[in-house]
Amino acid sequence: MLKSRIIPCLDVKDGRVVKGVNFVDLVDAGDPVEQARVYDAAGADELTFLDITASSDKRDILLDVVQRTAEQCFMPLTVGGGVRGADDVRKLLLAGADKVSLMTAAVKNPPVISELAEKFGSQCIVVAVDAKKVAPGRWEVFTHGGRTPTGLDAIAYAQQAAALGAGEILLTSMDRDGTREGFDIELTSRIADSISVPVIASGGVGTLDHLVEGVRDGHATAVLAASIFHFGDYTIAEAKAHMKTAGVAVRETVG
Amino acid sequence: MSETVAIIDYGSGNLRSAEKAFARAGAEAGLSTKIVVTSDADTVRAADRIVLPGVGAFGDCARGLRALDGMTDALEDAVERDGKPFFGICVGMHLMARQGFEHGVHEGLGWVDGDVKALSPNDASLKIPHMGWNTIELTEAGCKHPVTRVLSGEDHAYFVHSYQMELEDKDALLGFTEYGGPVTAIVGTDTKIGTQFHPEKSQAVGLKLITAFLEWRP
Repeated sequence: MLKSRIIPCLDVKDGRVVKGVNFVDLVDAGDPVEQARVYDAAGADELTFLDITASSDKRDILLDVVQRTAEQCFMPLTVGGGVRGADDVRKLLLAGADKVSLMTAAVKNPPVISELAEKFGSQCIVVAVDAKKVAPGRWEVFTHGGRTPTGLDAIAYAQQAAALGAGEILLTSMDRDGTREGFDIELTSRIADSISVPVIASGGVGTLDHLVEGVRDGHATAVLAASIFHFGDYTIAEAKAHMKTAGVAVRETVG
Repeated sequence: MSETVAIIDYGSGNLRSAEKAFARAGAEAGLSTKIVVTSDADTVRAADRIVLPGVGAFGDCARGLRALDGMTDALEDAVERDGKPFFGICVGMHLMARQGFEHGVHEGLGWVDGDVKALSPNDASLKIPHMGWNTIELTEAGCKHPVTRVLSGEDHAYFVHSYQMELEDKDALLGFTEYGGPVTAIVGTDTKIGTQFHPEKSQAVGLKLITAFLEWRP
């Protein structure tokens, strides 16, 4: 049967992983290439690499860093940050990405989702939705790391993105991101239940129970986390063992 | 003697991933395998082994392949006539079929008696694409096939697809996975193999399968 995925996320700024890291066997803790190597060996199910300031700096993503990171990955690699159109997607795929995550460009011009999905296949187009709760039962899409409101309803936007051909939705709760209080389960389940493509839950993971909740209660097909893995609180193997005990089917990793 | 593996570049997908996975598998197995990413028909004809990767839609990929001068003839010569070992990955595996029904009807290479059709899981809550790690169950033929017999029932591989190959020739089915019913995971013949999943993205399991392909002497 299909297993729930655990995806560590590298938030990269100026070619370095931010959000701190604490791996024991890392040569260089802030180097995304080193981290990719360790996560691959640890049996992570996928890796996400987000160049978090590419859009706000209005520059291209750091292709050489992506390429060197991809060299270390024998698992699927999703790359996002400053992706505007087909040229950017092609460059990232050639650099070794398997999927590309779109955010700002898709919000500004949703038809770009279908253009890219037709060209490269839905399976490699991930649409990232950063959402903040603005009223009970209502979430708004934000861009530029949560700094720019868009006026878009997050649920309607996720549905639109899926209908336009997004192969996956990377859903981040801006209210929870970095808080370690757990996913916004209401938001996650509302979106996961209303679209037919997989949802990756993101933002707020502080404990292994939170990962379980994302799948069991939020109906996400994958859970993404940064701090709990980077800081060495938990290993990928511990996360999987915990999820398995809680009844969530995972791919247990060797070693 | 050093062998050459040609990975066909027809404008589709994650060639770099496939290249480095085949290079690493070869190196780890102590084989002096040379990996060439190419869109040149003569290079393919001269290679010892041929890999057809593929990401995207059937029609686009079929068009891309046929747009390469002499490539389908070179494939027919090398794979069908000369029996050189062939590995199709994802859409590269789909192209082994007779036809693909993804956004219209498109001709495949016709090497396997089957058609590529949309996934239709019997559980409406299952997401499409079928994306992530799933287990592979080998058929009787798969347990005997020199490449796939290295897999065990606990092995997971990485899938991402919305279409699958529906086989007329059941003997060609080497392995399947479960996603609201059986889904074709591996097809094969005496000299050809095709996987729905991505061995180049399936960590140790994928590398093990690629190594078995590189060591295969049909």
